[in-house]
Amino acid sequence: MKEILSILKETKLDNRIRLGIMSILVVNDWVEFKALKALLELTDGNLASHIKALEKEDYILVQKKFVGKKPQTTYQVTEKGKKAFEVHLAALEQLIDRRN
Amino acid sequence: MNPKNNPSATLEEIRSLMERSTRFISLSGLSGISAGIIALIGVGFVYAFLETIPFESKSVYYEEAFQIKKWGLNYVSFFILNAFFVITGAIFSGIYFTYRKAKKKRQKVGIHDALTRRLLINLLVPLAAGGVFCLALLSHHLIGLLAPTTLIFYGLALLNSSKFTYGDMRNLGYLELCLGLLALFFLPYGLEFWALGFGFLHIFYGVKMYRKYE
Repeated sequence: MKEILSILKETKLDNRIRLGIMSILVVNDWVEFKALKALLELTDGNLASHIKALEKEDYILVQKKFVGKKPQTTYQVTEKGKKAFEVHLAALEQLIDRRN
Repeated sequence: MNPKNNPSATLEEIRSLMERSTRFISLSGLSGISAGIIALIGVGFVYAFLETIPFESKSVYYEEAFQIKKWGLNYVSFFILNAFFVITGAIFSGIYFTYRKAKKKRQKVGIHDALTRRLLINLLVPLAAGGVFCLALLSHHLIGLLAPTTLIFYGLALLNSSKFTYGDMRNLGYLELCLGLLALFFLPYGLEFWALGFGFLHIFYGVKMYRKYE
């Protein structure tokens, strides 16, 4: 039990918003900031701080470009991020199995 | 919510986010039902214009059509006008019911939404190709081929866009495609095939999806 909980913590995904961002990124290619914001129903600042945390872990890649005159920021999950997400999911599933 | 306290709820949320970000789940079964009804009305007008009844085999509808002038229209303008009303009717009722469901499901359906855009492009490109193809058939007076052609292109359009929405769309696509191909071998029954594919199948799948997802 303790082990599982520490795995959940180690992946740094023991947070609803960070896990939410990763869930969207693992099943999509490049995702826009705006799309993430709408899907997760967050404010700019809140989403940005969690994205920064994921960036620091090298879980996601950031791409900034201009579409016309508007800046557009898109994100993609890295291999490391994908792995961490999978580990986290597996741990969650184990947790459920233990309880049943 | 802390994932440690309720892992099942967390997994459920992950699943929901994955689905909402990759699949257009706001498509309403009611859109299918209304499109089916509009298609049946449209095909009803065709029968009225040609003064024929379903499964009547004394004449072949696409040979009769050349002589008919009715309601101040020849067959070309009638077919184009009828197709226009059926398509706009189906699209607008489809958009209406989809918006209504999207509000309930909290899924954005704006045209700028990447997912909506992908779904529409994948649906509309084969449909537009089919539309041009039909206009060419019409210009060559090959109206007997119109019904099978619309079914085939519509089936392909559904197959092409189904990966962005419910799996039922793929099954509907296969059925429309098969009906269209079959109709090519039984041209005199084109209108009946068309009514079956665009009318009854839409209603059937609409009801099925409505009961499954709403």
